[in-house]
Amino acid sequence: MDFWNTLRLALRALARNKLRSSLTMLGIIIGVGAVIAVVSIGQGADAMIQQGIQNMGTNVVYISAGSGRPGGTRMGYGAVKTLTMDDLNAISREIPLIKEAAPGVMSRAQVVYQNQNWNTSIMGTTSNYFPIRKWIVTAGTVFSDDEVDAAANVCVIGTTVAGYLFGNDDPIGKQIRIRNLPFRVVGLLESKGQSVMGTDQDDQIFAPYTTVQRKLSGVTWIQMILASANTPEASIGAMQPITLLLRERHRIRTGDEDDFFVRTQSEMADMAAQTQLVMTLLLGSVASVSLLVGGIGIMNIMLVSVTERTREIGVRMAVGATESDVQLQFLVEAVTLSMMGGLVGIVVGVAGSAMINNLLAWPTVLSTQAIVMAALFSVGVGVFFGYYPARKAAQLDPIEALRYE
Amino acid sequence: MADGMADQLPATVDTSSHARNRSIIRLEGVHKYYHLGDFQVHALRGISLEIHAGEFVAVMGASGSGKSTLMNIIGCLDKPSRGQYFLDGTDVSQLQKAELARVRNRKLGFVFQQFNLLARTSALENVELPTVYAGISPQERETRAQTALERVGLSDRAHHYPSQLSGGQQQRVAIARALVNQPSILLADEPTGNLDSRTSVEIMDIFQQLNAGQGLTVVIVTHEHDIAQYARRALEFRDGKVRRDAAIKDRLVARDVLPTLPTLEDEDAEDELKTP
Ligand SMILES: Nc1ncnc2c1ncn2[C@@H]1O[C@H](COP(=O)(O)OP(=O)(O)OP(=O)(O)O)[C@@H](O)[C@H]1O
Ligand SMILES: [Mg+2]
Repeated sequence: MDFWNTLRLALRALARNKLRSSLTMLGIIIGVGAVIAVVSIGQGADAMIQQGIQNMGTNVVYISAGSGRPGGTRMGYGAVKTLTMDDLNAISREIPLIKEAAPGVMSRAQVVYQNQNWNTSIMGTTSNYFPIRKWIVTAGTVFSDDEVDAAANVCVIGTTVAGYLFGNDDPIGKQIRIRNLPFRVVGLLESKGQSVMGTDQDDQIFAPYTTVQRKLSGVTWIQMILASANTPEASIGAMQPITLLLRERHRIRTGDEDDFFVRTQSEMADMAAQTQLVMTLLLGSVASVSLLVGGIGIMNIMLVSVTERTREIGVRMAVGATESDVQLQFLVEAVTLSMMGGLVGIVVGVAGSAMINNLLAWPTVLSTQAIVMAALFSVGVGVFFGYYPARKAAQLDPIEALRYE
Repeated sequence: MADGMADQLPATVDTSSHARNRSIIRLEGVHKYYHLGDFQVHALRGISLEIHAGEFVAVMGASGSGKSTLMNIIGCLDKPSRGQYFLDGTDVSQLQKAELARVRNRKLGFVFQQFNLLARTSALENVELPTVYAGISPQERETRAQTALERVGLSDRAHHYPSQLSGGQQQRVAIARALVNQPSILLADEPTGNLDSRTSVEIMDIFQQLNAGQGLTVVIVTHEHDIAQYARRALEFRDGKVRRDAAIKDRLVARDVLPTLPTLEDEDAEDELKTP
């Protein structure tokens, strides 16, 4: 029997029990739809992380004051006073892998321009911070080394801050007040969007670290050092010598814990990507269980169908259908069922992913690979779960099948 | 025994074809056992018989005497447990399942007591079924099915479903299906078992015409003596053996009998019968 005829036969048999066929397909629809939606969320998150890495620069090494735990360092900003500009200078001087290093002194403050005000974070640093972060100004300039030495009241602002304070006006040269001190805006940074951690990187003001230390925070230490090497490998290679140097400088005895924390951007990105992948795989496999259940549903219905149509099978065999004719007929029927479920599932998955993007504002990226995989998988499910019922049909004895009531 | 029969046959059968003397079905010492757990049923106990091309044989006998078992073996749906079966010269007992399916498809036509039409499938498509497995093109399939339906006088019911047809009409669709691949043998196991007497004679009329007109070999199983009277030769079964094998005396011709039978309410059926 030719293929088109077999397909036509399968479609007709399925159309005969529309409700049953649709319910059977539902398992596959949900399975394929869920897999596609989950993978699109995963890919969206991954794209965001990749974007983050691009934004940060993969060659960056972070050194922050505080204990080893990432959460701990964040909580410990300002509380730990171990890191100084001398440490920074020592690192630039003694570790050849490190090409640039910039300090970071963090503070939060109310910022006022005319009748607009905004609460944001202020970061004190040096001008080489921007090239390390591969961050450029779209208007004005960054502050100069002289301005850093003089602890001048100048600042560079992010686009979010600019939006809140100035609306559509040009911020360059304007006077703003940070904690009631007047600052001149010298530059507007290019928009960077969300960081890997999910914070808005454009909601920041940068000023000379000297200004922040003396006039805003009243401290002499720094909270972090942002250093850069030439390659991601070099950045990882620099971790060990930095650790040794700082332990020596801080006089930490062997066996005692570090009072600082060194990590690289690529390492963090890898970690985030890893976590992301694990999450996607986990959710994906939960979704695949639905596919499996859908497959079992198909097998169940096909077995019922074979039993119901025993007599039909007998008649077909009596008029010349071979075992393989009968087997193919039922296999094509099962595969048609699962493939139609797969196709509807793809539509549901794509629509679902678009809805998640629109309603929940989660980034989603549809992956053709996942769609093709889901389609192939649904065919596979049909073949796998349709095989046994089809085999059963093909191995019926024609005489017994004809006599079946 | 069978040979003696064959000698008598040419006198009554159309002699235009030499092929008619050819032995088309030959069984030699055929036994069939069925196993039911420890218990064994000996359904056929050494059947040897020969049927020539163009014969019209009625198989008779009590219930359980092995008639259907014989038909299943002749029809290549089953194999003998012992003995040999030659169909048109080939030893069918040696064939593989797929080859048997091919033989059923090309050489044999089946008619069942329960009609066995596919439900919710038009008469035309039911008739087409064997051609589908013969690898015939769709257009050719439809032409052939249409021709077969014409032969049984049902061309105007081509698009009816079995549920919209009377028992006699359904059986005629089943006969058309059996004919569509132009087989050399037509096998019918109690074809009139579910039909009233007039409809039964109508079916016998179709068989007689196919047998006389096209020289088709016809083997039917029947319980009713008056149905067997339409055949030319009768095989009497008892306990898995052929007890009697003889030519039918006082053979009936359905064409002559039909006008004497009371007409049923179904005027349509009668009209169709008159069309040749
Ligand atoms: N599949 C089977 N398994 C076991 N025994 C069987 C099977 N088929 C037939 N038989 C037995 O073989 C014997 C012959 O059966 P068969 O069906 O050939 O009889 P029959 O002459 O056609 O009877 P009827 O006129 O009632 O149709 C019976 O005793 C029956 O019980
Ligand atoms: Mg029987």
